[in-house]
Amino acid sequence: MADAQVTLTVDGMDVTVPRGTMLIDAARQAGVVVPHYCYHPGLPSPAVCRMCLVQVEKMPKLVPACVTAAADGQVVHVHSPEAKQARKGVLEFLLINHPLDCPICDQAGECELQDFVFQEGQAGTRYGDYPKRFNPVEDFGPDILYVPNRCILCTRCVRFMEDVAEAPVLNVSERGDRAYIGIDPDHRLDHPWSGNVVDLCPVGSLVSKDFLHKARAWDLDKTASVCPGCTQGCNVTIEARDEVVVRLRPRTNPEVNRWFMCDAGRADYRWMNRGDRCEAPLAIGDGRPVAHDWDDALTTFASLVGESDGPAVVLFGRRASSETIGWMLRLLDGRRTTAAIQVPEGPEAPLAAVPNLALRRERSPNLHGARLLGADADWDAAIAALGGAALALVVDADLSDAEAAAMSGAARVVHLATVADPRLTTAALVLPVTTMAEEQGVYVNRDGRAQRYLPARTPPGMARPGWWVAASAWQRLGADRTVPATASEALGALPAFAGLDHDALGWHGRVLATAAAGGTR
Amino acid sequence: MGYPHPIHPKETPLLSQHFGELDARSYEGWTRRGGYQALRQAVGMTPEAIVDEVKASGLRGRGGAGFPTGMKWGFMPKDDGKPHYLCCNADESEPGTFKDREIMRWTPHALIEGCAIACLGIRAETCYIFVRGEYTEPGRILERAIAEAYAAGALGDNVFGSGKRIEMVVHWGAGAYICGEETALMNAIEGKRGNPRIKPPFPAVSGLFGMPTTINNVETLAAVPPIITRGGAWYAGLTLGSPKSTGTKLISVCGHVQRPGTYEITLGLPMRELIFECCGGMREGRTLKAVIPGGSSVPIMNAAEVEECVTDYEGIAAKGSLLGSGGMIVMDDSTDMVLQICRLARFYAHESCAQCTNCREGTAWTTRILERILRGEGKRADLDLLLDLAENMTGKTICVLSDSCAAPVVSGIAKFRDEFEAYLSGARAPLAVGA
Repeated sequence: MADAQVTLTVDGMDVTVPRGTMLIDAARQAGVVVPHYCYHPGLPSPAVCRMCLVQVEKMPKLVPACVTAAADGQVVHVHSPEAKQARKGVLEFLLINHPLDCPICDQAGECELQDFVFQEGQAGTRYGDYPKRFNPVEDFGPDILYVPNRCILCTRCVRFMEDVAEAPVLNVSERGDRAYIGIDPDHRLDHPWSGNVVDLCPVGSLVSKDFLHKARAWDLDKTASVCPGCTQGCNVTIEARDEVVVRLRPRTNPEVNRWFMCDAGRADYRWMNRGDRCEAPLAIGDGRPVAHDWDDALTTFASLVGESDGPAVVLFGRRASSETIGWMLRLLDGRRTTAAIQVPEGPEAPLAAVPNLALRRERSPNLHGARLLGADADWDAAIAALGGAALALVVDADLSDAEAAAMSGAARVVHLATVADPRLTTAALVLPVTTMAEEQGVYVNRDGRAQRYLPARTPPGMARPGWWVAASAWQRLGADRTVPATASEALGALPAFAGLDHDALGWHGRVLATAAAGGTR
Repeated sequence: MGYPHPIHPKETPLLSQHFGELDARSYEGWTRRGGYQALRQAVGMTPEAIVDEVKASGLRGRGGAGFPTGMKWGFMPKDDGKPHYLCCNADESEPGTFKDREIMRWTPHALIEGCAIACLGIRAETCYIFVRGEYTEPGRILERAIAEAYAAGALGDNVFGSGKRIEMVVHWGAGAYICGEETALMNAIEGKRGNPRIKPPFPAVSGLFGMPTTINNVETLAAVPPIITRGGAWYAGLTLGSPKSTGTKLISVCGHVQRPGTYEITLGLPMRELIFECCGGMREGRTLKAVIPGGSSVPIMNAAEVEECVTDYEGIAAKGSLLGSGGMIVMDDSTDMVLQICRLARFYAHESCAQCTNCREGTAWTTRILERILRGEGKRADLDLLLDLAENMTGKTICVLSDSCAAPVVSGIAKFRDEFEAYLSGARAPLAVGA
């Protein structure tokens, strides 16, 4: 199929791309970014911003790179004087009504208007002293404000709602330079995926109320992570300012979430910043908790495990990592163990035009990983098994009052906690563990894709990852045992993930051979 | 005829012969004048034969672009198994143009017959006639005529007993100029916002509802029946100038002439004969200053250019302008060119669909600069700025609305620069315009 590929020249560089590739993508492959606004890889291209005009030899006019297909032998000039002049013209047009309120705009620092103005060298306009177009800020939805003055009418938001979410509540209203983004008067922008329009907006015209004026883009520390909201496993970036997580944003993964994430996932970060965290290991002595160092606490933990003769129950919280689950179960190896992961349920919310992408009913990021590792008991069955259990481990689970009361049925209780639970009066030990935002780990999504996440903030006090706590106790229970030095080693040591290390997962994860057959629930 | 005036000897009344005759509006009156002979003939012809006849006639699109009609029909695929559509562009909104209006209100059956023949030629069973929203009178006359044609068996499931099916639907526009752009027109019929589409794909490949579609202007389609009855060769012989410009053309003349009206000329008639003989020349005591020959979107011609100009596609192009829609705006020496150009720019700024940045912002900015020049607040650099903006608005957008705004500005500054400079220097008293 020699026909399937075409070879063209972009700014002097030869590049070979599949037939049908648009020039903007071919140029990117050649290492040339063609400035653009209305184009977005996840949306149909309307070619309206006219920013991506490039010169193609033998074509009479400049052509929009986003809708012009690459052809064999084409010679494309992205940076010819004519193309550059056209782009400067477009930028000047865009700037005449843009307020340049960058100092108070959330988008500043990650604004495509700023970026391309800088790149193309069109600093100002010859517009003069006219008043700029003014429209008041509009409240579009629960988390979205529209600032029309900053809008460059690229229509990415309109197309996302129409073509991707398939809930067409936005449009372009009015005509000419009076145009603005309008919303159906009978609707709000409250679709479960509507928050994506904020990310898609190249300027600060659609802003998140939640993030409004919280941080400057350049002050944010960004960490690659995986959304802990459901079994979908959308790739995300955790963005923190001075150790405080201020927002989650989607990280592109063509196989999982493309460029998108749902609003529920987006909003699910406040727990990462809780201030009432467990910071030191506590042992209950004389009826009141006493702080210990890790060495003493781990010795106590190991002896509690060692002396308990009888069935064990492990209750994992919904965000438990594969490493923690695997090592907690290895610690209990050889015992009759009932282990379950908590999976809250909620309504499923698909993103209409993207296959296999939805906010899933099962609101745990690692349900599949837990099953692979043997924590596959039904939650209610595990609670029922507490009665008569010799040992119960609660690993950062959110228990109801009834469940907390049922803990008294177990002879020994150890609470690996991010936050203390005063209802667990029978717990002999409370060991501070990290949240997923503070550790490195791997989740396995509903399609059996193992994906790693990285620590986005420093753990409080003495909190350590759950797997380290389990492995350290395990080491004390036998000879010639060593604790894995890293989460990656911890994962590779588990039979279900044999030989896999975190680096091998890359940034987009990998579908596990063992897991693929397991399918989805 | 130069409706509402009597036929001038220099005219060639082919389409306009029956303008003003109330009786010609009815099906019966139209057949008495020889109507529907062409359609009866065409139902017995193959699509290829119809297209060949139109190709032989040399007929070119009368809406503005002047694309050969037969060739356009020939682009329609054969045996593709898809429904084909014909769209008749009756969204006549180009300032200065009012020729299609006369066809629809006086000889609606000529249009219906032309549409039906075109449907046969391009293998379409459905024709949408997109009528300008403001054209309530012509549109209602057309609707009545379509109902009559259905009742008489000229339209419907079995056209004149031939077994062929032709449906005709009037789609009312809502008054947006941009919907006269062919792809915006299709979007509007589909119920979408009337924004022009990117080409390719061209309508013959993917047009209305994604199906192969041909879009023709009212006057183009109305010229088809005589081509079928009298033959393409006969039509091709109607020319006074270039052999590439054949047939007759309705020219709607407005402005400072003695007898404004819709004149039908054989292409190639000298422009000065049209203006000074057919239209009776300038108003008393006035001299010609400028002509916009083809609707407001084309470059302005000055008196010297008009003097030597031949009224056909090539002749006007040779003078740097375009025949366009044939909407001729004649201006005498009392005209303030800066004010007129500003008025045109304001029209385009109002009608820009807002898709393309250059057009959305450029048309409005151009208008503001022209207004400030008129107010006496202009700066010397403004003329260069206007020309620079015009450059950024030409050939850079999806459709040509932006170019249309730039054209009169560029030609106006080139040909009437002294009037702009009179405002800039204060030699001419400022006007109270704009914000």
